[in-house]
Amino acid sequence: MRFYEFEAKQLLEKHGIPLVQSELVKTADEAKTAASKIGGPVILKAQVIAPGLTTASVQEVADPAGAKAAAATLLGLDDGGRKPNGILVEARPTGEAVYSLSFTYDGTTKLPVIAAANMAGKIDDLGDTHPERIVRRHFSALYPFSDYIAKELAKSLVLGGNDLKRMTRIVSGLARLFLKYDLADLDITSMVKLGEGRFAVLDVEADLEIEARHRQRPMLDDLGFAKDDLRQVREPTKFELEGARIDAEDPRGIISPIAEFDGNIGLVIGAGGGSLTLTDAVRKHGGRPANYAAIGGNPSVDKARRLTKLVLSKPGVDKIAVMSNVVSNTRADLVARGVIKGITELGFEPKDKILIFRVPGAWEADAAKILQKYGVEYCDRTVSISEAARRAVEKVS
Amino acid sequence: MAVIVHEDFQFIVQGITGREALNFTRECLEYGSKIIGGVTPGKGGREVYGVPVYDTVREITDTQRVDGTVITVPLAFAPDAAYEAIDAGIKEIIIITEGIPRKDASAVVEYAALHGARVIGPNCLGIIVPDVCRFGSLGGPAVDCRKAFKPGVVGVMSRSGGMTTEICNALTLSGLGVSTAISIGGDPVIGSTYADLIPLFEADKDTKAVVVYSEPGGTAEAELARWTQEHKSRLPIVAFVAGRFMDEMPGMSFGHAGTVVNKKVDSPADKMRRMREAGISVAEEIGDIPNLVRERIGN
Repeated sequence: MRFYEFEAKQLLEKHGIPLVQSELVKTADEAKTAASKIGGPVILKAQVIAPGLTTASVQEVADPAGAKAAAATLLGLDDGGRKPNGILVEARPTGEAVYSLSFTYDGTTKLPVIAAANMAGKIDDLGDTHPERIVRRHFSALYPFSDYIAKELAKSLVLGGNDLKRMTRIVSGLARLFLKYDLADLDITSMVKLGEGRFAVLDVEADLEIEARHRQRPMLDDLGFAKDDLRQVREPTKFELEGARIDAEDPRGIISPIAEFDGNIGLVIGAGGGSLTLTDAVRKHGGRPANYAAIGGNPSVDKARRLTKLVLSKPGVDKIAVMSNVVSNTRADLVARGVIKGITELGFEPKDKILIFRVPGAWEADAAKILQKYGVEYCDRTVSISEAARRAVEKVS
Repeated sequence: MAVIVHEDFQFIVQGITGREALNFTRECLEYGSKIIGGVTPGKGGREVYGVPVYDTVREITDTQRVDGTVITVPLAFAPDAAYEAIDAGIKEIIIITEGIPRKDASAVVEYAALHGARVIGPNCLGIIVPDVCRFGSLGGPAVDCRKAFKPGVVGVMSRSGGMTTEICNALTLSGLGVSTAISIGGDPVIGSTYADLIPLFEADKDTKAVVVYSEPGGTAEAELARWTQEHKSRLPIVAFVAGRFMDEMPGMSFGHAGTVVNKKVDSPADKMRRMREAGISVAEEIGDIPNLVRERIGN
C-alpha cells in the first residue's frame, strides 16, 4: 500500500530523520504563500498514487507566482479517478553531494536489504545504468538492528569523519523505522549533503506491507488513513465495489480480487494462479475479458450465484466462460449449481449463456450431472486450459 | 528416490483441529502418509482420525522421530508455531498459512537457516511424491490426488498451489508423470525458492526434467536463470509465466500477495527474457508444457 509522500515524510520526521523544508498545501493560493515563505526556487509535488504520473506530478518553479500557476495545473491531475491529495511545496537545496537509499526484502536471501548509491534516483533504475555505484548490506528482521551495519554501509559510500557518523544515524533510523512499520519498500531517491555538513532527505517513496495493515492500524490512524483505503492505483468501479461486497457478505470461499476490464467475455474463473493463467489464455486466443475474478477456497452456491449474476449483468457481456484449474478444495458441483441458479434467476437458459464450463477436480462427477440436466457440456480434465479458452473465444465470435 | 520426503517420512500437523487441517489430515492418511501427531494448544489428549493431538510439539519429538511438520495455524500464531517446531528440532517445515507479513516470514526463515531447518512456504500447499508420500494439502481428496499425480519423470515447482495440480494433471495425462511436485508459495518472501530447490531435483535420479510455474513479482525467476547459467545442470527446465496481462497494468494487484508489477524484475516479459537467455524453455501457452518437456528430454 503506497503512502503519499507527505505521509512518508511525517513518519520520517517523527523518527528524527532530517528533511528538506516542506509544506503540504491544498490550493494554488496556499502554494504561493508557502513558496514565498520558503523563498527562492521551489519544487511542487502533487500527492498522487497512480503509477505513470512521476513526471507529470512534479514541477520546479522560480518564484511564488510560478508556484501558484503550477499548483493550479497540478491540482487538476487525474490520479486514477481521484484528485491529488494536496501538493508538497519544498525547498530544493543543491548540496555538495547527493545520495540515494533503498530498503526492501531480498527474495533470494530472504533478508531485508539496504542498497545505497552516491547519486540520486531509484535504486531499481540505477542498477541498470550505474551498477558499479551501488553498495548493499543485508540486515535481519529476526534480530534488532545494530548501528554498525549502517556504519559499514556509510563506509562503503566512502564517507568519513562527521559525515560517516551522520549517515550512520540516518541509515540506522530508517532501517528501524522500516522494520517497525512493516514497510515493504522504502526509497529515499534523493538525499543531499548540504554545505554546512548536514544531510537532508528530499524525495521519499514508501509502501506498507498490505498484510500488515491491521496490526499497523495505530500508525495508519495517526496518519489519517481511512479504514477501507487500500490505495489502489485507481478508484474501484461500481462493478468492483459490488464484487467486493458480495465477497465480504459471505465468508465461505473467496471471489476476489475482482476487476473490471472493457471486453465482452464474462469470466467466472478461479483461483489465484489459475485465474492469471486463464485470463492470459483468453487473451492469447483473441478474446477480450470483461472482468477478472478469482473464485477459490470453496465458495458457497450463493456466492457463485451472485458472482454469475454480477458478471452477466455487466453492460456488453452476453455470455460467460466458467473455467478453473483442476480444483482440490473448491467443489465443482457447488460452482455449477451457483452458476446455473444465477443464470436462471436472470431469466435465461444456462445453455445459451455458458460458453464453456471447465472446472475439473473435486466433486466433478456431480457437476457433470447437474450441467447435463441443463444441456450444458461439461469439460473434464482432458480439456486443457488453453483448449478451453480457445473454445470459449471461438463461440463468442 | 524422491525430493525432501520418502516412504518412511513421518510428520505432524500444527493446528490439526482447524477446518482445513481436518480435511487434509484425512486426505493425507487416505493417501498413505504417516502423520504421527497433531498439535493444538488446549486440545491435547484428543484424536483426529486416529492421530493423537498434543498441546506442544515437544511432547511428540521427545518420544518419536519427527521428520517434518505442516503448519496451518491462524495467521497471528504462525511464526510462533514455526519457532516451536524449529526449537524442537524438526528440519522440514511446510507453512500453509496465508497472509504472513514478509517481515515475519523473513525472521522465521532466518531462524530456520540458523538451525539447519528448511521452510517451504508460507502460503503454499506442500509436497507430493506420487504414490509415496503427500506432505501437506496439495491435490485435495485422495481420490482426486491419485488422478492428477501419477509417478513419472518430471519435477514440478510452482508458486501457485492450484496450478501445481493443474500442471501435474497435464503431465500425468501426457504419460510423462511426476517425480516430485512442490508448491513453493506465492508470497514475496518464501523459505525455499526455485534456485534453492533445484539442486535437490538435480540429485534425484527419478527426475529427468523440471517444470516451473511462475507469476509476476519478485526475483525468483531471475535467480533461477542465474543458477542455470552458473551450473551445468543435467536437467532441462520448462517454465510458464502466468499473468502476462498484468504488464499493461502496473501497480495493480491480482492473485497472490507477491503478485504485482512495480519493479522491472517483477514483469512477466522480463522474467521470460531472462529465463530464455539462460536456456530455459518458456511455454507460450500452459497447454504446451508437456510437449516442450518431451522435446527437451528427447522422448
